[in-house]
Amino acid sequence: MSSTSVLGGVVRRREDPALIRGGGLYTDDVKLAGTAHAAFVRSPYAHARVVSVDTSAAEAMEGVAAVYTAADVEHLGPLIAQAPVGALRPLLNNGTVKHVGEAVAMVMAEDPYLARDAADAVEVDYDPLPAVVDLKESLGGAMKVHDDMDSNTLVTWAGPFGADEDALAELRAGIDAAKSRDDTVVVSQEMINQRLIPVPIEPRSVLADYQAGYGRFDIYSSTQIPSALAGAIGRYFGMALNQVTVKAMEVGGGFGCKLNVYNDEVLTAYASKQLGRPVKWTETRREAANSTIQGRGWVATATMTGTNDGEILGFELEGIADMGAYSQNFTVAIPFLGLFVGSGQYRFPTYWKMDCVTTHTMTTDAYRGAGRPEAAYYLERIIDMYSREIGMDPTEVRRRNYIPASDFPAAVSPMGFAMDTGDYEANLDAALESAGWSGLLAERDAARAEGRCVGVGIATYVEVCGFGPAPLVDLGFSWAEYQMPSAFNGSGLVRIHPDGSATVSIGTGPSGQGHQTTWAQIVGDGLGMDVERIRVIHGDTEEAPPSIGSFGSRSAAVDGSACYEATRKVQAKAARIAAHLLEASEEDIEFGDGGARVAGTDSSVSWEEIAKTAYQPHLLPEGMEGGLEAHAIFSPGNATWPFGTHIAVVEVDPDTGNVQILRYIGMDDCGNVISPMIVDGQIHGGIAQGIGQALFEDAVYDGDGNLLAGSLMDYILPTAADLPFFELDRTVTPTDINPLGVKGIGEAGTIGAAQTVVNAVVDALESLGVTHIDMPLRPRRVWQAIQDART
Amino acid sequence: MQVSMSVNGRQVSGDVEPRTLLVHFLREDLRLTGTHVGCETSYCGACTVEIDGKAVLSCTMLAVQAEGADVTTVEGLAQDGQLHPVQEGFWERHGLQCGFCTPGMIMSAVTLLQENDNPSEEEIRRGIEGNLCRCTGYHNIVRAVEYAGAKMRGEEPPPAEWEES
Amino acid sequence: MYPRQFEYVAPSGLDEALALLDDNPGAKVLAGGMSLLPLMKMRLLSPELVVDIGRIGGLGDITDNGDTISIGALVRHAEVASSSLIQAQGAALAAAASWTGDRQVRNRGTCCGSMAHADVAADQPVAALALGATMVAASSSGVREIAAADFFVDVMTSALAPNEILTEVRIPKAGAGAGSAYDKLGRRGGHSDYAVAGAAASVTRSNGSVSAASVAVTGVGVRPVLAGAVAEALVGSDGSDAAVEAAAAHAVAGVEVLEDLYGSVEYKIHLAKVFTARAVKAALAAAG
Repeated sequence: MSSTSVLGGVVRRREDPALIRGGGLYTDDVKLAGTAHAAFVRSPYAHARVVSVDTSAAEAMEGVAAVYTAADVEHLGPLIAQAPVGALRPLLNNGTVKHVGEAVAMVMAEDPYLARDAADAVEVDYDPLPAVVDLKESLGGAMKVHDDMDSNTLVTWAGPFGADEDALAELRAGIDAAKSRDDTVVVSQEMINQRLIPVPIEPRSVLADYQAGYGRFDIYSSTQIPSALAGAIGRYFGMALNQVTVKAMEVGGGFGCKLNVYNDEVLTAYASKQLGRPVKWTETRREAANSTIQGRGWVATATMTGTNDGEILGFELEGIADMGAYSQNFTVAIPFLGLFVGSGQYRFPTYWKMDCVTTHTMTTDAYRGAGRPEAAYYLERIIDMYSREIGMDPTEVRRRNYIPASDFPAAVSPMGFAMDTGDYEANLDAALESAGWSGLLAERDAARAEGRCVGVGIATYVEVCGFGPAPLVDLGFSWAEYQMPSAFNGSGLVRIHPDGSATVSIGTGPSGQGHQTTWAQIVGDGLGMDVERIRVIHGDTEEAPPSIGSFGSRSAAVDGSACYEATRKVQAKAARIAAHLLEASEEDIEFGDGGARVAGTDSSVSWEEIAKTAYQPHLLPEGMEGGLEAHAIFSPGNATWPFGTHIAVVEVDPDTGNVQILRYIGMDDCGNVISPMIVDGQIHGGIAQGIGQALFEDAVYDGDGNLLAGSLMDYILPTAADLPFFELDRTVTPTDINPLGVKGIGEAGTIGAAQTVVNAVVDALESLGVTHIDMPLRPRRVWQAIQDART
Repeated sequence: MQVSMSVNGRQVSGDVEPRTLLVHFLREDLRLTGTHVGCETSYCGACTVEIDGKAVLSCTMLAVQAEGADVTTVEGLAQDGQLHPVQEGFWERHGLQCGFCTPGMIMSAVTLLQENDNPSEEEIRRGIEGNLCRCTGYHNIVRAVEYAGAKMRGEEPPPAEWEES
Repeated sequence: MYPRQFEYVAPSGLDEALALLDDNPGAKVLAGGMSLLPLMKMRLLSPELVVDIGRIGGLGDITDNGDTISIGALVRHAEVASSSLIQAQGAALAAAASWTGDRQVRNRGTCCGSMAHADVAADQPVAALALGATMVAASSSGVREIAAADFFVDVMTSALAPNEILTEVRIPKAGAGAGSAYDKLGRRGGHSDYAVAGAAASVTRSNGSVSAASVAVTGVGVRPVLAGAVAEALVGSDGSDAAVEAAAAHAVAGVEVLEDLYGSVEYKIHLAKVFTARAVKAALAAAG
């Protein structure tokens, strides 16, 4: 066991002792006396007029506390959204329902079994209407999803960012001119980036406890955004922020789907206030599939124009993104995050246009990577097809078209965004060396000579994450609806107690990222304090300063940096106290070994002594205030841009279409690394989700808007038996926009993986004439692609 | 209906409806909330407990079916404050992130190692394929089970990957 | 997640259980519960009475009867998969059991339950068909034996009457020169999960040719079915790869193949042939 606390060291996670003993408290584990349990009546139709809702039988059942319909909660208004473009979700809908799973009524009963019984007893008469599911059909607009809207298209994102119509036309004209040159090839492919269901293993759960005597709420919720939820509840019920406490103690995975305030959270709060008792709701897996947000859902055509010798002259992406029925927190913003990285790590001219359309399906929003995996997928698939077309090694094509390291820092991407730091070629080289690229190709060729279908795929990516106010606030993103003005800042509070122990309070909402460990490492490193002496409190809005929570690979880069800055403030004051106690100069004080010492001497003082002194003003230097704590807000000047290279080796059984991953190699660069153990763990999980998209997962709807993969029987997640060990290494290119030099790693694996696997499978089937297969590459698709290529 | 069974070595009883699932009896009546519910189709394994020596889905068993059974949940693994080698392995090898699948995963691994104390990588992967994890990509879970297997055989576990480099 | 209310009885004797079924036409038999309880949790099935046969003695054994092997109603998939007797004498069934569900499911689910549930994509029914198993059904009026070939009737429908309990699956032992095998493509790829399509084969070799064969396919239609035309083509052949592949071309002769989420009709037909060939080759190899 290692117990070092230096950054870059490995500390066993502080979270784990409770979790491995079954002692972790997730929302559904919280039991409050007198709790009523909620269940929802949900629409079985994708589009239907609700003719009538008869709650009388349910209300008459023993053990039923209340039944609510839309009339009861209409006064609260619809669900708030960060980007309120398009229709907002009604809390309950008794008008015209817009997707399967939409909530029509809500029942509260003594236990969840009775609640389900009563919900089943609510009689709803529907008049089914035709549904719009297909994206092209929605864009065509022959049938509208919402009668009161002019168009099914909510917004169109075009790029480069900031270019006006003339500039875009000029850009396209330039690419068109390149297409007509004699020495160029044009490769074009329509590809589907299918809808996915996030599936954290913990279903969402909320327990609302309105304490009438105090006029305040405790809301326990499985959320990534505790502060925003508190703000939203305050807004709905006209309460000050100090009257609403949100507690997200353990959150069993989120991956973006818990980055929304949901109608069930508002409704349980409402019910608790009405009934004067705690109200709990925990979703079932089927509800998680059809009424918690989904992700991806794009169909787009990628076109690459380049010379015969590998110089890319233009990349164009035009497509449609599925927003689902209602706009929730980020919904229409997700494709915009794709536009951010539309040109990847490359320098060629890029034209990008996505129409965001509404359909009669569940809302889409942020799912791990959120727009960036989609963007990277199209780019890295088409560059692979182009490489194949001109017969050049795909690594060489990428290398020739990268933004060179000499352009950094603050290189401006063809999409018009300033990128912090990067050295893409060095990362590519490290990956090729780590994988033994030429050896891999030789092994592949040897296997092929034996008649096996083996393929090697590579993809490189750049991510944008760790968002702060810049550039998002300038782009119009706002948490104001959640009572969190300009809340993209990070915020951390470090307090030294009189016994010399420390508490770090932070508003992040982790769901497995190990913040209790990482923040303790940051603070412990700054203070020279054993991490065992540091307690980290997160996910409790009463204790912690506000933060927008944990998503977008932002926590370490933004809130971690705030933690670091707060630590520096504490350190500065402690240095003055230590200097005073040791009768030394402040500049000579350094921290380590549980206290402060005068550099180069044995003269030292422990944190306990410093702290004890700090709380007795008469012992402090003249004019110094008592106490030892600091709050810091960190406001980064840009997002961070991690990058990496992934390589996969696969084997296909051409008789069945079955794909097996033989090796998976990752070379990621997220800047400085606080905990290699935790960072690698994040990459492992990210890759698994990317492989899940590549090979297994598909939130497929039928033409009537029924979700055909609504349970884990049909929505196939990768298991341990489906995946190999991941061979990871890293390059380190620190960012210059935060003091830790960290870039964020939560989504990187997901952004890099899917196209790596697809490129490998297509490589395996190259000799059979297969050039593209849409994900997921389930055996039936792979086999069909082989058949189609043969005919 | 009255039901009684042994849970973590303790004799317990309760009054339940026939439809009460074992997992709800454990979580609600006994307040043993370490055993989790992650799906409703018996596919995720989060509710895995050990019954009479076998890994069983407590969400796909009625509490009344467990009458007289010997049930072990994750809460019953550590003895006298000493972690079970599998629990230790998950901690030492970062075999968990959000921790939600962990109790079921640990119970699955415990029973796997009881049946085969020196499983190959493939046997471990197949042995835990009924337990879904969305965080770890299973990489460090397999490492954790390898660690635990070595411990249980009285061997020195292989070094952690971050110790090697 | 929450089943509807029902009455529950766990009789200690088979007669009591059968009497309950006679008196309660809406009753369901609960053994391992791996098929029944998920349906009840999703409220797709809501019996008024659940008769738990888990406490009835004498149903949990794998018995060597000399020429046949009996698998009792409470024998779990894991026990079938790990039984050296079944591995040696009915390898197709042992393999099918080893690829049923996951470890937890195999620890609770029963072989007889899998037969009675008659899922269109299940593993063990098709092995029972190929092995020529006999299903032993008990009711208050006595015991009747049903050939596996007559047992699987339609989607999730067996020949069992509502008042019958499948107390035993009886498989003939492989004779001299006989071997059996099962292979499939699972829905998750490889052998994992229900079959997209799969086949079981049981063959006997004598004097350098195939003297007997029985082949069945799963996952392709409304029920697992015997592929009679494959067997016909195999018998009398030399069992060469070419002969096997020619025979496998008849894998779905006479079967109405249905599309599902996991395969088109064309793909399923193809897979049925592929796995028929693979299973027959493996069975021939085992036959020696």
